[in-house]
Amino acid sequence: MTIFLILLVVALLGITFWQLSKILELSQGSADNSQVANDKDNSMQGKLMLAFVGFLYFLTVWCFVKYDSYFLPEAASEHGTDYDRLMMISVVLIMFVQIITQGLLHFFAYKYRGKKENKATFFADSNLLEIIWTAIPIVTLAALIIYGLYTWVDIMSIDDDEDALVVELYAYQFDWRARYAGADNELGKANVRFIEGVNILGVDASDNYAQDDIIVNELHLPVGKKVIFKMRSQDVLHSAYMPFFRAQMNVVPGMITEFSYTPTKTTEEMRTSEFMVEKVETINTIRKAKSKDLLAKGEEALEPYEFDYYLLCNKICGASHFNMQMKIIVESEEDYNNWIAEQKTFRQVVSK
Amino acid sequence: MSADGHGHHKETFITKYIFSEDHKMISKQYLITGLLMGIIGIAMSILFRMQIAWPEQSFAIFEVLLGKWAPDGVMDPNVYLALVTIHGTIMVFFVLTAGLSGTFSNLLIPLQIGARDMASGFLNMVSYWLFFLSSIIMVFSLFVEAGPAAAGWTIYPPLSALPQAMPGSGMGMTLWLVSMAIFIASSLLGSLNYVVTVINLRTKGMSMTRMPLTIWAFFVTAIIGIVSFPVLLSAALLLIMDRGFGTSFYLSDIFIKGEVLHNQGGSPVLFEHLFWFLGHPEVYIVLLPALGITSEIIATNSRKPIFGYRAMVGSIIAIAFLSTIVWGHHMFVSGMNPFLGSVFTFTTLLIAIPSAVKSFNYITTLWKGNLQFNPGMLFSIGLVSTFITGGLTGIILGDSTLDINVHDTYFVVAHFHLVMGISALYGLFAGVYHWFPKMYGRMMNKNLGYVHFWVTAIGAYGVFFPMHFVGMAGLPRRYYTYTNFPYFDDLADTNVLITVFAIITAAAQLVFLYNFISSIFYGKKATQNPWKSNTLEWTTPVEHVHGNWPGELPTVYRWAYDYSKTNADGEYVIAGQDYAPQVVPLQENEEELHH
Repeated sequence: MTIFLILLVVALLGITFWQLSKILELSQGSADNSQVANDKDNSMQGKLMLAFVGFLYFLTVWCFVKYDSYFLPEAASEHGTDYDRLMMISVVLIMFVQIITQGLLHFFAYKYRGKKENKATFFADSNLLEIIWTAIPIVTLAALIIYGLYTWVDIMSIDDDEDALVVELYAYQFDWRARYAGADNELGKANVRFIEGVNILGVDASDNYAQDDIIVNELHLPVGKKVIFKMRSQDVLHSAYMPFFRAQMNVVPGMITEFSYTPTKTTEEMRTSEFMVEKVETINTIRKAKSKDLLAKGEEALEPYEFDYYLLCNKICGASHFNMQMKIIVESEEDYNNWIAEQKTFRQVVSK
Repeated sequence: MSADGHGHHKETFITKYIFSEDHKMISKQYLITGLLMGIIGIAMSILFRMQIAWPEQSFAIFEVLLGKWAPDGVMDPNVYLALVTIHGTIMVFFVLTAGLSGTFSNLLIPLQIGARDMASGFLNMVSYWLFFLSSIIMVFSLFVEAGPAAAGWTIYPPLSALPQAMPGSGMGMTLWLVSMAIFIASSLLGSLNYVVTVINLRTKGMSMTRMPLTIWAFFVTAIIGIVSFPVLLSAALLLIMDRGFGTSFYLSDIFIKGEVLHNQGGSPVLFEHLFWFLGHPEVYIVLLPALGITSEIIATNSRKPIFGYRAMVGSIIAIAFLSTIVWGHHMFVSGMNPFLGSVFTFTTLLIAIPSAVKSFNYITTLWKGNLQFNPGMLFSIGLVSTFITGGLTGIILGDSTLDINVHDTYFVVAHFHLVMGISALYGLFAGVYHWFPKMYGRMMNKNLGYVHFWVTAIGAYGVFFPMHFVGMAGLPRRYYTYTNFPYFDDLADTNVLITVFAIITAAAQLVFLYNFISSIFYGKKATQNPWKSNTLEWTTPVEHVHGNWPGELPTVYRWAYDYSKTNADGEYVIAGQDYAPQVVPLQENEEELHH
């Protein structure tokens, strides 16, 4: 039965397309059946080309207007501001080039649409033009490369000896843990071979530095203090993506990867920012509408949304990759100290 | 078939249509296999796009197509990943490498350089059948118990190395690796043949600088293939060793499913290096033939020489060279030394220069032309458009700093689909419309071609343009659903929009399929040179003959782009026609252009 239906659909589609080609042919009303474009086709297609660039421009404007509020908010980390500036410069630059080149391409297609009596101009070469449009990209790109690399080096040089907070990010299928170095600000040794029972991170219990380590499933960061993440994976590749801080680094089994930034906005500040208030309102309107449908179906309503920073896995890691996240809370130094004082140290956890 | 063209042995059905050594038949075999794989690949993309757009809904079609992997019509997350993986693999390798390059390199290299056939018809046949075998294995892998490979088309270990990590990393992954190993062998045989043929079998007068840009593109593509595909083969072999023989090339310190593995000392980053050493040139293996095809079609249909022939050849060579030293831009946040990131940023952004030169040259070729909008021409202009749009966002992704926050988001997906996916597909379509008369001796219906182009053009931008924006909003790729992140709730309607455009675009391809199949049998009979083109393939008879030219091989007197060339009196060099085929000797008072 299914096969019969499929065959029927295929046959109907075939007839539709056949009819379509006949209609298009008749609508042209000429005896020309060569299937090579004639003046009428050229004129029509040329105009469509012009219309198409109109569509492209419309799409561009529409996207920039519509998604204006969907972009990530202002960065919540120190280097994030530089990142955003570089991004802005690049986007402006490429949109400038995009609008001009697409305009020229489609306008020329329209303007020079073929006519029988027209003659094309034999214009095969111009060293001057080639030099100009080799030189312009070289200069522009050189500027972008230099600026980009300057920022890159700035972001990626991680000095261990600074007075920075050291936190280990630990990834496994399909969750995250964070390990704080504790009072000595020195992480204890760890290896997957030590994993046993409650010691799910494989911390070396014989290491003195490990005793005051604190393992949690929620990342708390004091605002304004540089934090160095040391990342470790237990099984497959993961990636620690913290979009609001413009931070991302893969987590690789067998090695420790690093990333560092200084958070500049507390969770509370971000929640009350104009951008976020508006965004959360939109989201909650959507969720309310959805909840209504759910309730009608006899299911549970969705919780209203409140903004929190998050860290998510951004390297395909298996079935539940889509739900591998950890909450990040940026707070004042005082709140942070209070919070960390309440956490159990590694020694307390294992000796229980 | 040897190159003399006189050895007419009796052809049976099998030697003519199946185990054929004739490059024209082999090219059709490549095309049809590629199109069949393309149908599978595109259908998969519709399935997973439906899942992204309507994550909580159940679809009867899921259950029909995916069976036990979509109980009650709700897709399993592993199957989602499998669909994404196989879609990528099929589209990149089977459709856009073999389907595009295999088809047109085979068809055009002998015809456009004036050779009887490929240097080795036998190797050519073996190359196709290895490709066919690898396609069969890849399709077969869809039906194994635990499902096909699902670790992404980049198959990064340890996910791909450990069957415990996901169901797709069992038998499905093994078949994927076997299929790809055979595919690589096929591709290498093909590429070697192309290079040898171009170097040795050019007809009299066909100097390298008189070759059409198509041939230049296929030639350089074949060289990149020979340089980079073996590296993927070795990466795959090492992965096979890690999977089956207890080695630790990519594995170290792993605890999975309650058990510590013995492996120590390997690194997944090594695999990433090896993979992208092919993976990045692969982008150009896909793209350069499309650009070559476009160059030829734009020149012919503009009735003008391609602008800056030497710069175009130089750009092809520069892109090819640079493509082999930029692979690290896929790995800025892989954990490799940040200094390497700086180097790769530098080399990557350099590629923008030859790419920009090519784009400007295409635009200038249109300028003051007499454009003939045959369907092939529309797709070629479409290619230039998507190549520019997609290429420009490469400036963001190639910048190590900016890559940090858009890496592995939908921004990347939008970028590479436009710049290599859609662009190369347009190249494939352009080539099919343009050379269909040469392949099948009939014309494709132009009006259906127009419908096909415009729906596809609007649809493709409708899919991939908004996708940049959701990417910049931080939406990660390869997520089964976003419902666990309320932050993304307001992007849900964009995902629906994208899926709707994707379905429309896919439907437009049915118009193409209908046009293709019905034209093979009922298309209007083609004339010898329907597009009034200069290149040699249009001097062969419409009915294929073994050895391409019934008599002597043609002699070449000029380059391929003498369109609308005038003499001192302002008249066309050949009275009454605006083109001067390569076989026509220079006329009185005519100078050859810089060759």
